[in-house]
Amino acid sequence: MNKPITIKDIISKGLIAGIVVLSLNVIGFITLLGERELITGWFSLGHVFLVATPMAVAYFTTNNMDYKSKAKPIGVGFAIGAVSAIPSIILVFLETNTDLRQFLANVSPVLTEFLTFGQGVIVGSFMLLLLFAIMSALASFVGLLDRKIRHPLVTGIAWVLVIATFSEVLLIRIRDVFGRGVAKFIFEGETLNPIVALIIFLVVAGITTGWDQKGDGIKATFAGFSPQKKKQLSKGKSLALMVIILFLPLFLGSYLTEVTNNVGIYILMGLGLNIVVGFAGLLDLGYVAFFAIGAYMMGVLTSEGALGLHVGFTFWTALPVAVLAAVLFGIVLGIPVLGMRGDYLAIVTLGFGEIIRVLAVSDVFKNTLGGAQGILQIPKPEIFGIRLVQPGQLYYVVLAGILLAVFIATRLRDSRLGRQWMAMREDEDVAEAMGMNLVGTKLMAFATGAAFSGLAGAIFASKLTSIFPHSFNLIISINVLSLIIVGGVGSIPGVFVGALILVGLPELLREFAEFRMLIYGVLLIVMMLYKPEGFLPDERRRREASEDEELSLAEN
Amino acid sequence: MSERIKQIDILGVIMWLFRAAIIVAMLWGTIATLMDNPYSAKAWTDTIVAGIAQGSLYALIAIGYTLVYGVLFMINFAHGEFFMSGIMTATIFIATPMSESGYLDANPVQGLIIITLVTMLVSIGVAILTERVAYKPLRGAPRLVPLITAIGASFFWQYYFRGLYGSEVKSFPLINDIAGKMTIFGIEILKSQALVIVVAIVMLIGLNLFVIKTKVGKSIRAAAENKDVARLMGIDVDKAITITFTMGAAMAGIAGVLYALVFRQVHYFMGFFPGIKAFTAAVLGGIGSIPGAALGGLLLGVFESVGPTLFLEGLGVPSPHQLKDVIAFTMLVLVLIFRPQGILGERLAEEKA
Repeated sequence: MNKPITIKDIISKGLIAGIVVLSLNVIGFITLLGERELITGWFSLGHVFLVATPMAVAYFTTNNMDYKSKAKPIGVGFAIGAVSAIPSIILVFLETNTDLRQFLANVSPVLTEFLTFGQGVIVGSFMLLLLFAIMSALASFVGLLDRKIRHPLVTGIAWVLVIATFSEVLLIRIRDVFGRGVAKFIFEGETLNPIVALIIFLVVAGITTGWDQKGDGIKATFAGFSPQKKKQLSKGKSLALMVIILFLPLFLGSYLTEVTNNVGIYILMGLGLNIVVGFAGLLDLGYVAFFAIGAYMMGVLTSEGALGLHVGFTFWTALPVAVLAAVLFGIVLGIPVLGMRGDYLAIVTLGFGEIIRVLAVSDVFKNTLGGAQGILQIPKPEIFGIRLVQPGQLYYVVLAGILLAVFIATRLRDSRLGRQWMAMREDEDVAEAMGMNLVGTKLMAFATGAAFSGLAGAIFASKLTSIFPHSFNLIISINVLSLIIVGGVGSIPGVFVGALILVGLPELLREFAEFRMLIYGVLLIVMMLYKPEGFLPDERRRREASEDEELSLAEN
Repeated sequence: MSERIKQIDILGVIMWLFRAAIIVAMLWGTIATLMDNPYSAKAWTDTIVAGIAQGSLYALIAIGYTLVYGVLFMINFAHGEFFMSGIMTATIFIATPMSESGYLDANPVQGLIIITLVTMLVSIGVAILTERVAYKPLRGAPRLVPLITAIGASFFWQYYFRGLYGSEVKSFPLINDIAGKMTIFGIEILKSQALVIVVAIVMLIGLNLFVIKTKVGKSIRAAAENKDVARLMGIDVDKAITITFTMGAAMAGIAGVLYALVFRQVHYFMGFFPGIKAFTAAVLGGIGSIPGAALGGLLLGVFESVGPTLFLEGLGVPSPHQLKDVIAFTMLVLVLIFRPQGILGERLAEEKA
């Protein structure tokens, strides 16, 4: 039995949603996203985020409540939405009557106009209230629907929103591939045409309905295949995947390939940190140090500028040196922290990362590392006399690095060393008691992680052709940590998913750049609270998690 | 077996070499600097006084780390943001308008009290909210989990306040009564620095007495000792934890006001490095101990202020003041290697960590 929902519940939940919305408003998130119109003449991404919170709260509140008639949950949703509009309406009144902008940087007439739909304060506020209430009631209503209708409906809307959000990037690709005419039909300016949006919705909803009805049958047919046929099928799948990966730059065009390359650099670092944090359980917050060392090594060895050594190193000969230097530093920095565990390790490694950065900025190494001016004129990689200048060419350098790293990481995970790392992660004392050499195991983890990061740094330096100390700040370490947590700590495919979500998406949505770290922060907290194993958890972790659940069930 | 012993010995030797190298470098630098003696005695006292004032700030912030670590065994990474949030809010909503209306110069004492109260309230609010949302549901989770949410909370608050107040540096108004210098025992000292040192001493003694003498303080100590037993003795552990966060945030708030008085500017990133350094101070003094936090803060402040000139200039390092942070972090590493329990700490860091 569920507890009945009282007026107090409605008010408190509505107010929580309202305060979240108010926060999004006052920090300028909504107005910034309001600049990205989704469907021409209808609404923007800002509107979506504006109503998302009350809708979610209404949905989850009414999702499992008891009701006699359908009117009740819808009414509750309506009330929650209405209450949640109140803080924002108060903000609108305050803004119009006082000069809040001298206090709060982002509370401006632009925000008021956005919140009141340009209809003036009184009418606009009513519209806002109604919008919140109706949308929340709709969310509650959707929760009541049968899955057969709800699933296609929600999937269709989600697809339309996603396509509309990325319309800017899609537009460029569609224009290049199918020509201006098609692009002009689908997008008006940079936003989705309402009719096209409707078509997308109908198509996706139709496919989903079809899949809901026939999907199980198709799955059953596949499951019924003979083992040989299944093997062939999976071989075919991986072959197709390989072909796609190999020719990806052709599909993506130069801008998206550039983004992919950046994601790739982060994937490389993520694979390395995944070994340190995921396999060996050592929380390293100064991971960027090794990235910096790889990059600076590449810069100093190959630069054609004043700071280069000019001793005949090319990208390919400097690469192993850079990796080796990173490994060496990994071991040197690893030795003092051998005895530390957990959070102490985290803070000390953070300190190391900062020391490396401060040293790079300072005048101490100005003559070799260039101080704050950095190192310029680093040549791009060259292969058979061809300089790899285009993102589409550099893509293969990054790809080769990733493939190598994935190969090494997988092999290490399944090796004796990998099992030692995991034993150490689970319990250091027990691992030691079983006769494991903790010193060597830990140093190997630091060294391997540093190697991947150094490799990433070297490629990064060569790709950008110049490096500055401020590109190596703590935020990079936090980014990499966030992406392996989001993907699933210890999971190799998780690194890819995490990097695509945390590095790829913000590059495509420039508006997010300013709030990137805020979103990372929220993501870290939310992931730890609700999905600590990540989106694509490691097989072993998944088993552990389900075991834990069984255990706790048994205890109850 | 023999191979194992050999390995440990090699490691031990490396560690000893490392210690010896650091000490030799420090001594060499110090002697070289003193031989050269480019600065007057007054310049040195100024540096030391500035170091003590800075150290008092670290000590006040370090209290928050030490208290929370003592009770929950977690590094509250977001503590620097408690420090930042309060004073930023108070600067923008209270101090600047007060100064513009002339109230602050006419009634500096009342004005400062109001500013301090608002700062503390905001800091405490942020702390309690963070604790409720990001830490409380994770009691009993593996130790790295709350640390990661704390990192998340830290970045969340930084960029939240950046969104609220904008990314530019805001100036804190000048209060005429505490501008300029004064002379105590023949030493010239900035009035604001003197205020920082006095307030820090009073607050630290007061807090220590509070924790030792009062019933609430006792419940906090009980919760730090053993939560299960404390619960059996009828102590509301959750309440004790909330009070711990409240006290830490209140101290961070006061530190925020003092910081603003000395440096006269605030911005959204101001909490990050003082936070990490205050943690260093807490570790240096012995985490979990209030006198330790005070001592650690003071030492760190002085080292950071004097260190670049004293140790590095003699070694021929150009513009050593850029390396202030390097000195602080090196100290952290050294303390954790040589004396992980800190100067006044009783418990072994490794045992708890």
